Amino acid sequence: MHIQELASIPFLLGGFFFFIAATVGLLRFPDFFCRLHATGKGDTLAVLLSLVGLSVYEGFSLTSLKLIFIAVFMFLAQPTSTHAISRAAMRCGLEPWVRERS
Amino acid sequence: MHTFFLSLGMGLFALALLCLYRGVFGPGVLNRIAGICAIGTKTLIILLLMGFIYDRVEMFIDISMVYALLNFIGTITAAKYLEMKGEV
Repeated sequence: MHIQELASIPFLLGGFFFFIAATVGLLRFPDFFCRLHATGKGDTLAVLLSLVGLSVYEGFSLTSLKLIFIAVFMFLAQPTSTHAISRAAMRCGLEPWVRERS
Repeated sequence: MHTFFLSLGMGLFALALLCLYRGVFGPGVLNRIAGICAIGTKTLIILLLMGFIYDRVEMFIDISMVYALLNFIGTITAAKYLEMKGEV
């Protein structure tokens, strides 16, 4: 087994862990804004880790350059789409969830 | 290494099915959009893993790039439409 394959495994496993965390947050959180908070940050980090791991596995070529390009694009696009959809929710009048005081 | 990629892709597919619950039953339009956006993000990585399994990654990476662009544009369009409409 090459050194590149060994080096890419922790990145891919870390990305998979953050995918699991984002999915649990999307399913279990009580409000729309909380769910968007979980997926917006967790998916961004997970995609970044997975793409870096795959480009380490690929080595130095045009394909790994494209992988880095997708990583940079997702790093810009994912927070932008999260911000746009949460702003739409705020302008539509959706109230954020607060804990009820007893 | 192919077995590792295959198991990782199957795990991501299971997570995408869990996200589909939020896409189908989520209360309101906005929760559905959030669930579909999460599914698209996972599909991007699944496509790249398929390319590495089939040893044709230079073809699958272009499909994956287009998928990232389409996911972004779809989410932005839905957000703009809901914002102009003014109600959920």
